[in-house]
Amino acid sequence: MQTVIGLEIHVQLSTRTKLFCPCRADYFEAPPNTLTCPVCLGLPGALPVLNKRAVELALRIALALGSEVRERSVFDRKNYFYPDLPKGYQITHHDEPLARGGRFTFFVDGHARTVRIRQVHLEEDAGKLVHVGDGALVDFNRCGVPLVEIVTEPDFRSAKEARAFLQELRTLLRHLGVSSGDMEKGAVRCDANLSVQVGDRPGTRTEIKNLNSFRAVERALQAAEEYHRELLAAGETIAQVTFGWDDHADRLVVQRTKEQAQDYRYFPDPDLVPLVVTAEWLARVRAGMPELPRARALRWLERHKLTPAEVEALLPEPALANYFDRVAGELGDGKTAASWVLAELRQYWTGEEPPLPAEDLVLLIRKVGAGEISRTTGKELLAEAAQTGKSLPELLARPDLVQLGDEQALVQVAQEVIAAHPQAVADFRAGKAQALGFLVGQAMKKTEGRADAKKLGEILRRLLSP
Amino acid sequence: MDLNERPVHELLELLAQGAIRLEEVLADLEAAIRARDQEVHAYLALAEQEELLRDAYAKSQTLLRGLPIAVKGNICTLEFPTTCGSRLLEQYRSPYEATAVRRWKEAGGTVGGITNLDEFAMGSSTEHSAFGPTRNPWDLGRVPGGSSGGSAAAVAAGTALAALGSDTGGSVRQPAALCGVVGLRPTYGLVSRFGLVSFASSLDIIGTLTRDVRDAALLLSIIAGGDPQDSTSLPVPVQDYTSQLRPDIRGLTVGVPKEYVPGQLGAEALALVDRWKAVVEELGGRVEEITLPLTEYALPTYYLVASAEASANLARYDGVRYTLRGVGRGAAEMIAASRTLGFGPEVKRRIMLGTYALSAGFFARYYGKAQKVRTLIAQEFTQAFTRVDFILGATAPSPAFRVGEKVDPLAMYLSDIFTLPSALAALPAVSIPGGKVGGLPFGLQLIGPRLSEARLLSWALALEEALS
Ligand SMILES: [Zn+2]
Repeated sequence: MQTVIGLEIHVQLSTRTKLFCPCRADYFEAPPNTLTCPVCLGLPGALPVLNKRAVELALRIALALGSEVRERSVFDRKNYFYPDLPKGYQITHHDEPLARGGRFTFFVDGHARTVRIRQVHLEEDAGKLVHVGDGALVDFNRCGVPLVEIVTEPDFRSAKEARAFLQELRTLLRHLGVSSGDMEKGAVRCDANLSVQVGDRPGTRTEIKNLNSFRAVERALQAAEEYHRELLAAGETIAQVTFGWDDHADRLVVQRTKEQAQDYRYFPDPDLVPLVVTAEWLARVRAGMPELPRARALRWLERHKLTPAEVEALLPEPALANYFDRVAGELGDGKTAASWVLAELRQYWTGEEPPLPAEDLVLLIRKVGAGEISRTTGKELLAEAAQTGKSLPELLARPDLVQLGDEQALVQVAQEVIAAHPQAVADFRAGKAQALGFLVGQAMKKTEGRADAKKLGEILRRLLSP
Repeated sequence: MDLNERPVHELLELLAQGAIRLEEVLADLEAAIRARDQEVHAYLALAEQEELLRDAYAKSQTLLRGLPIAVKGNICTLEFPTTCGSRLLEQYRSPYEATAVRRWKEAGGTVGGITNLDEFAMGSSTEHSAFGPTRNPWDLGRVPGGSSGGSAAAVAAGTALAALGSDTGGSVRQPAALCGVVGLRPTYGLVSRFGLVSFASSLDIIGTLTRDVRDAALLLSIIAGGDPQDSTSLPVPVQDYTSQLRPDIRGLTVGVPKEYVPGQLGAEALALVDRWKAVVEELGGRVEEITLPLTEYALPTYYLVASAEASANLARYDGVRYTLRGVGRGAAEMIAASRTLGFGPEVKRRIMLGTYALSAGFFARYYGKAQKVRTLIAQEFTQAFTRVDFILGATAPSPAFRVGEKVDPLAMYLSDIFTLPSALAALPAVSIPGGKVGGLPFGLQLIGPRLSEARLLSWALALEEALS
């Protein structure tokens, strides 16, 4: 028995405006029905006008997946009634999508897997129903928000693969700058279909709709797989059913059976003209493509000799990855950059912007490297700058730091310690090496830990040598 | 002084000369409305006279000097409800106005009132309005045609100087013919559809109903031109069609398709058509009998395409918004109840026809095939225009019929057989008064090649002058 899984992933594009109107697309937490206009409300007489930027972001996805972009694509109307669908139809690419074909390689337990992409197309999102009491309220803010639907071939063999694919796809989407990729905010939503094949005979497909987290995808597919295998083992036939996923109950819920299957009566939307992607336009989009995460990972592994763990930690967040690249580039030392970015800087990164400008981190790492300040001091300064927003160059310019950074000041501290601890000095001269450690410790205490311990050790050794 | 009976271009000239005052025009219009609209019922809503005057004063130095036009009830205005002649939109006020209306107002015009129509522009008699039928000013027992019957009747009755209508399969030209006024359907896409409530998006266009051809040119000059808010509008710059009018058809070839002058027109109408041909020759044109054999397929093609698009365009009226709401348990029942309650029988008929034509298993046989035939019909016209400069024929197969006469939907649909083919082919066409049949106006239709409006109106002007 072989499990066969295909995915349909809806990606909310991070355009400023909606797919067919000038309303703001970022509806998250906006008060209900504040981001609407006659077009996205489908008011009588209002007409859609295609957002070119959304097309460009969709093209980036298609190019990144190696899909063949079609010169001419046509938006269809998908007809169905639902209170959150103000026009009574959804505008979507259907018969003639934006792009067809393609493939995507990802890793499961360290092994590469490749699945084929069937098509990539654009469509508009619907609104949202908010159930209150025995009624419901409609929020149309989400109406018309641009979505790219990525449809895979049924190439997955397990729920685990589907999850791994989605995680890497999200990283790709973030690096392409086309979507926030936030599943918890609904920016990536997934429908799945699963069948279990016995021998050469294809199994009956089960659809699972609206999977809104990686966990839900994996759990729902595992549950569907069990359902199929149990029925097959019992010799029973499997009905064509569409399931939803109840996250709290951790189980599948029947949404509709085959008898209720809908006829969407697709036909070309006569309010729009065919979308023509010229070779020039496509070339411009291609030229503006950012480096893909896979290429970036390879570059880091080869040029910077990062470990796979470091790559995995740096890669998912494009902002962090870009930051690392800037620091590593300036510094010319990827290993050190990675260790500072991951071990020190990342913990303070909470908002959108980095907690410290990349050039400041470079400056700090250089000071530590040159022994002008200790690593401990470096960490403290980084923490202070990151948490208070104080400028790092200013912190570095503090007089006590400057003194400690220069040789003269350290020599003075070392001389004072030598004078204050004759016994230890004598022990050292008598060959007790650990006495030097004591002296360094005393010197560090005097400087409140700001001096570079290694450098102090050298100075003390020099002063005490005959 | 009956200034309400004068065309807009004449009034503008008289106003410019200071020979008349705007108040006089508005007063004559108001008097005509008071005297006639009760029986004609061309209007669904009227502007307050004081407001019109105030607007007019503010605009007295503009191109249109504050002159009002009437606007069909499926074109969005800010000032009036946009009901589309439907119960479903009885309360609906648009928060934005149509591009054509905005352009008219920006040129210094005003909106005098909203005219009646067949519900959602589906019909050929203006009997299918939820707010009662409009009557033909020539004979109150007869229909004004439709669906822009209110606009045509208002111009014919002298209760509007000119009007905007919409033409999907003949809804401007057929009522113009039945009411004895000029009705222009521009090339598809020449006038923005933004703010025109969609019936069949690939066929709908705003057209004009005017007292004469010069006014058609004047109105078109103001409302035409590409619109970034309508993806299907043509990127044609705004132009002055009036200054391009050359009433001269010498040396031109006029095609008269035999399918547009069938025997069943009757002796009187056929004699009229012969007179038109004679006039063409008197004016130095050449008449050529042609044939457009696909004409007979226009009716089924049109009803499949238009109804299919309408079935989706009208899905938005679901009871969730627009006030009218039926009662039902759950969303699906509520939506069904609202639509059952809100739509009239003709609208329901077309929604059902269109839904059927798009259904899985029937799509290729109906909608798909209709689109193919539509392409062939357009090609047939393109072919014809390689031999003739324009096409001439009757606008409608009969003059105005009696109210309640055509109960059979197919009989009603047949009153558009001469206007449907050019609509399917996206061509411009104009109906001008061609004489009388049975004492009632009978329309002459001219069809031109795509974007030939300046020439088409010139030819129409030549014939108008010769026939009057
Ligand atoms: Zn909007």
